[in-house]
Amino acid sequence: MTLLKHAARTFLLSEFVKAMWLTFRYMFRPKATINYPYEKGPLSPRFRGEHALRRYENGEERCIACKLCEAICPAQAIVIEAAVADDGSRRTTRYDIDMTKCIYCGFCEEACPVEAIVEGPNFEFATETREELFYNKEKLLKNGDMWEQEIATNLKLDAPYR
Amino acid sequence: MADLLVEFFQWGFGVTLVPWLAIILGIVVGILAIVLPLLLVVAMSVYMDRKVWAAMQMRRGPNVVGPWGLMQSFADGLKLFLKETIIPASANKFIFLLAPALTFILALVGWAVIPFDAGMVLADLNVGILYIFAISSLGVYGIILSGWASNSRYAFLGALRSSAQMVSYEVSMGFVLVTVLMCAGSLNLSEIVLAQKDTFLGVNGYWFTPLFPMMVIFFISALAETNRPPFDLPEAEAEIVAGYQVEYSSMAFALFFLGEYANIILMCAMTSILFLGGWLPPFDWEPLYLIPGWIWFFGKIFFMFFVFAWVKATVPRYRYDQLMRLGWKVFLPISLLWVVLTGLFLLLTDKIPA
Repeated sequence: MTLLKHAARTFLLSEFVKAMWLTFRYMFRPKATINYPYEKGPLSPRFRGEHALRRYENGEERCIACKLCEAICPAQAIVIEAAVADDGSRRTTRYDIDMTKCIYCGFCEEACPVEAIVEGPNFEFATETREELFYNKEKLLKNGDMWEQEIATNLKLDAPYR
Repeated sequence: MADLLVEFFQWGFGVTLVPWLAIILGIVVGILAIVLPLLLVVAMSVYMDRKVWAAMQMRRGPNVVGPWGLMQSFADGLKLFLKETIIPASANKFIFLLAPALTFILALVGWAVIPFDAGMVLADLNVGILYIFAISSLGVYGIILSGWASNSRYAFLGALRSSAQMVSYEVSMGFVLVTVLMCAGSLNLSEIVLAQKDTFLGVNGYWFTPLFPMMVIFFISALAETNRPPFDLPEAEAEIVAGYQVEYSSMAFALFFLGEYANIILMCAMTSILFLGGWLPPFDWEPLYLIPGWIWFFGKIFFMFFVFAWVKATVPRYRYDQLMRLGWKVFLPISLLWVVLTGLFLLLTDKIPA
């Protein structure tokens, strides 16, 4: 009897039919994926995306060229040169991040005493050439201006846990 | 077609065509009328394949290029067209480039004998079924030549697997064809379709007769013939990267790809002609004949292609020994038995077609 049952199962391809029915039903299920370029998944306030250099509200650069970020960077992606500015304060003359070296660990953000260098929520900064990923101070400050609102909100949200 | 062209030229240009020229022109027009829509259908079938596959995995599939992603295949084609054809230094250049062209041409040539509607066929061969069988057997050459000419281990392994697999499954496929043509009493595809009119209880097509198991075997063999999952060992990504296509890029790869899908649609068409009643409507009911036959035929191909995609989404890949076992130890005996049973049935019930 078991032999007969087994033979019937084999010859009627019942397992295949069952599997096909299963996949057929799945075809009408709601999609598990999001419609990416138009829909995006939620991001944590701690998300470490594209770098930005922030300013104070009066427009003054936060960065004091202490080079702590350069020192801690495990990928050695940051290069800083400093000089005394006209107002007598210590400022960077050069602040480069090689985004192709960066491993997005967030240590620069942790090391910064004045919350100048931060990793913002932007992760869509793919470029057509490699050179475009060698960020300089100008680009980083521009990012800071562009993303300031989001970055400030995220920092505030994350502050209780720091 | 030739007479029509003569009239057309007379009417349009005031030129009388020489008869032999009219015949050649008629054939060329016929070829274009088949190949151009076919290539469009191939492009859309790639899209449909990806969409069905995606839907069954609860994904979205291509949806960015054009409305609902409909232009995805054309974008892919354009991308491939603009890429560089890389020929490996140690490859045999002539054969390396011949192989994809051969695959593509053979996939198109088979369509010459497919009847799209009553009388709507380019070459109404009396041995159409043998012709198709011969052409699909020749398809092995494109694959084994590409594998050999690439001078790469992966490509060669893929080509060897593929040729062994295609040769094995052709055997059982041949016997399936024998059962059908015994019932139809003809090797002409149009006559095979017409023989399926009202086979049983007013249903058109052999699928509603005891030939149904043969249809299943033919379909599964067709999957193996066209190297589709679960029989995609020749291009098993996890084992041998992409098999015989490993060294191909650009248009050479595109030709393989198009040829593969044209072959799949050809196999869908063959299944519809042999078992689903070709251009006949599914039931022998007069109002259904008002819809043109080629629409029914297209619908049946569409359905079969859906099943191809459906199977791809459902079953995992066979191991190589399982593949060979299925071909030689399961399908061959069953189809052979069915040949004997069909012959006996026709003989004892005195139903042998004239």
